[in-house]
Amino acid sequence: MRLPAPARVALLAAAVVAVQLATQASGKGFYLTQLTMTAYYALVVVGLSLLMGYAGQISLGQAGFFAIGGYTAAFVSTVDLSAQASLPALALLARLGVLVARPDLYGGQILGVNPWAGLVLGVSLASGVAFAVGVPVLRLRGHYLAMATLAFGTIVSAVVVGTQRLGAADGISGVPPFPVLPGVRIGGGSADRVVNYYLAWGLVALSMLLLGNLVGSRTGRALRAIHGAEDAARAMGVDAARLKVRVFVLAAAMASAAGVLLTHYVGGIGPSETSAMKSVRYVAMVAVGGMGSLWGALSAAAVLEFLSLRGVFGAHDDAVFGGILLLVMLFAPDGILNFRARGLLARLRGRPAGSGEGA
Amino acid sequence: MTLDLALQYLVAGLTYGAIYAVVAIGFNIVYSATGIINFAQGEFVMLGGMLAVQLSRSMPLPAAVALSVAITAAVGAVVEVAFIRWLGKPTVLRMVVITIGVSILLREGALFLWGEGVRSLPYFTGDEVSSVGILGARISPQVFWVLGTVALIVAVLEWFYRRTLLGWEMQACAANKDAAALCGVPVRRLVTLSFAMAAAIGALAGAVVSPITYTSYAAGGPLAIKGFTVAILGGLGNSGGAVAAGLALGVVESFAVSVLPAAYKDVVTLSLLLAVLVVRPSGLFASGEAARLKEF
Amino acid sequence: MTRPFPVAALLALVPALALAAPEPIKVGALLAVTGPASFLGAPEARTLEMRVQELNARGGIGGRPIQLVLKDTGASPEKAVSFARQLIEEEKVFAILGPSTSGESMAVKGLCEEGKTLLLSMAAAEAIVNPVLPHVFKVAPRDSFAVEVIFQRMKKMGITRIGFLSSNTGFGKGGKEQVEKLAAQYGITLAVNDVYDKAATDLTAEVTKLKAANVQAILNWSIEPAQSIVVKNARQLGLTVPIFQSHGFANLQYVKAAGSAAEGVIFPASRIVVSGELAAGNPQKPVVEAYRKGYEARYGEEVSTFGGHAWDAFGILVAALEQVGPDRAKVRAAVENMKGYVGTAGVFNFSPTDHNGLDIGAFELCTVKNGRFAPLGN
Repeated sequence: MRLPAPARVALLAAAVVAVQLATQASGKGFYLTQLTMTAYYALVVVGLSLLMGYAGQISLGQAGFFAIGGYTAAFVSTVDLSAQASLPALALLARLGVLVARPDLYGGQILGVNPWAGLVLGVSLASGVAFAVGVPVLRLRGHYLAMATLAFGTIVSAVVVGTQRLGAADGISGVPPFPVLPGVRIGGGSADRVVNYYLAWGLVALSMLLLGNLVGSRTGRALRAIHGAEDAARAMGVDAARLKVRVFVLAAAMASAAGVLLTHYVGGIGPSETSAMKSVRYVAMVAVGGMGSLWGALSAAAVLEFLSLRGVFGAHDDAVFGGILLLVMLFAPDGILNFRARGLLARLRGRPAGSGEGA
Repeated sequence: MTLDLALQYLVAGLTYGAIYAVVAIGFNIVYSATGIINFAQGEFVMLGGMLAVQLSRSMPLPAAVALSVAITAAVGAVVEVAFIRWLGKPTVLRMVVITIGVSILLREGALFLWGEGVRSLPYFTGDEVSSVGILGARISPQVFWVLGTVALIVAVLEWFYRRTLLGWEMQACAANKDAAALCGVPVRRLVTLSFAMAAAIGALAGAVVSPITYTSYAAGGPLAIKGFTVAILGGLGNSGGAVAAGLALGVVESFAVSVLPAAYKDVVTLSLLLAVLVVRPSGLFASGEAARLKEF
Repeated sequence: MTRPFPVAALLALVPALALAAPEPIKVGALLAVTGPASFLGAPEARTLEMRVQELNARGGIGGRPIQLVLKDTGASPEKAVSFARQLIEEEKVFAILGPSTSGESMAVKGLCEEGKTLLLSMAAAEAIVNPVLPHVFKVAPRDSFAVEVIFQRMKKMGITRIGFLSSNTGFGKGGKEQVEKLAAQYGITLAVNDVYDKAATDLTAEVTKLKAANVQAILNWSIEPAQSIVVKNARQLGLTVPIFQSHGFANLQYVKAAGSAAEGVIFPASRIVVSGELAAGNPQKPVVEAYRKGYEARYGEEVSTFGGHAWDAFGILVAALEQVGPDRAKVRAAVENMKGYVGTAGVFNFSPTDHNGLDIGAFELCTVKNGRFAPLGN
């Protein structure tokens, strides 16, 4: 079934609407909360899928980029500048709309930074860091790249936990909703639930459309060439190094944007979002969907993240992800959608199977 | 800083460093034989400690440690046979992900079996408060056990690789698998053996160090990251380099505490790792010539 | 020595209870059973499991059994939020017990307020109930009480210069904030004030720093295993100054881990850890003894202060339910006005301005004598 990207996006949009109508009709509107959170995590996974599947580069530090976005948003939107409101510079910023006043949980007034500023700042910061880290690190391959990205993620985690201003082990809570349009705000209130659901999945659909175009373009073909054989691609005139860095930055930007928006939706962020296990989970979802399949990654993320957020796996959440990761990589390295039973049987009989080793 | 304080930091650093070195040696053994970085190496250390604690309740300490090492070695062999042997020539990406999966399962298995509590073996000599005074510094007797064990491991490995047929075969296998196979070296069995050896060494270290550091189901991950850092610093596959890098890193960390907030200790280590990866991925001690033959 | 895994048992319990004839009262629980705060969540979950079973065996509340819906958050605020919404909107639970950690409690308290669902947090941070939200309560004593009890003692001992260590966990952070805030008030200087990683396996270097600073006492605020390691390393280094620990030390497991090095360590604890030594007339004695005996017989491990929080949260909810029946508004009001409730952490006296209900008397200074806990006395 090879549908063109726009048709797939249309199908996704139809599914999103159908799910919403179904939950409404059955009185189970509460599913939308976890579905909305799932959409943001899916953005991270799709971005990582582009990096892993198309550029062939692993990142065990994706949670670090998510956290840079999320923590930036949380930090700037929870500072209260009302005590300094009379400073001329702040008054100017308030006039420009960078600062906005809002009520807090207890009825007081807070003068905080406009969440748009947080979004711009968070995504730029993550992209900048990704560029600075990516340029030297993407020269590495295999284990070295895996370890370098893991080290990066762990550094982010250690900094977050070691910094009082970022809430240390408790994280930051009390992050206000994000008014994106008049009457539309990203936040967890039950009145905003349907809007948030459409907003989040609309963003996913838009990303799929854009990424679909990218993958089908000259850049996409060059990326696949890098993945297949980097040296050959270089010989053909593909600037492999630059392309890899670009994809790395793009994946980081997507992760950080997801981090910003999810932090506003949930109302806070904690160090659990920076853990190495989170990064491994993103990798697991890409693996399940199949390296090099954006739609596979999206499907895997949608299913697994939704179940996890509903607590279906209970205390065995990590074990489930570890087990899935192992099984998929052992038996279906192209993703479960591309699972080939014949190849598996051949392997079990001891004959090396030719298929499935391209990843 | 007075001499006795400096010595105190030094000894603390050597103790951490010795542990890092053992984990790094475990990485190296498997890497040399297979080209794989086994992300589950830290879990072998955890398993060694946890099993020894469990077994020491029903048998004398030396027997418990020995049996724990044997069981962990068996686990290592099983991991290789079940998850790696039959894959043929898997890509690096796939191997990274598979060993991460194994490490998660081992960790979660330990949580299921032993719960979240922290355990430790009794001190091999003396008890929690006993210490030996050297030049004004005071050192727990267990530190000597740890340093001694690490020295023993290094010596035995050296002898194994230099003086035994099996060791030569393993080196041949590391240098060129196909050529070794053509010469009649049982490559597959040697790969399994390398996993068992790495697991055994990790387990022994895990048992010996547990009176000092304690162990719990989650102890493997942080150790693996430190061990890997050391393996890279020393040059992957270079066990002498691992020992030197391990001790150096341990001492640096220890002295860093006296000037930096301890919360950022790991940031220092990991930044060092990133810097070395970028500037000199062949490690601090590798010769430039050897480095050019490898692919990073 | 395998212990039955609590969550699996709880999950098995849920469908069985759902079949019971009278409609059960659903109570939600958000606990960090696994993950970095499992030292809190795991004993809390076991305690709840035990109490729910006991209560239902006695016929529940007015003939209605309690159905516990337990969610393991793994100490992640984002999961806590997702699960809190699930409990409030989907399960329509009567009340939520937990979360275990301060970060998670801060993340979900707004949701509970919005959903008019009673929240009985088991975390320590004062910010959870200050300022007060009508539906948000907490049963763990404030960190500041523990700090003050320690500082009062130090003042009495003439200690003015201490070395302070804490771990980079929520628990360590809570203590650090209060220690820094209150030290000056008691004329105490923090010659060293250092945070170490929770996964630290040897603290000799940190303790060496304390030795170099020539401190009169050591205060450590962390949870296992670091707090046992600090004690050991200090004594190995020949440091003989008094060592103070947080209330997190009040679990015999850690004393065993530190062995003879733990002798003489001073720490604040709720009455639960010295229940055997309490005077016969102490009102808390029967409560803490009942908890200790039930828990230790069932799980074969020592009770801890933290498991006690679950005992108290559940007990307060049940007391309110028994008093006014299963009516949300009435139960909330009953908890808010509850006086003299005897729990493991102390005697709770809630009021509209105090949603914690405990005072400094919740803590008593204890020490370790011959491997056992004993009240320190005067």
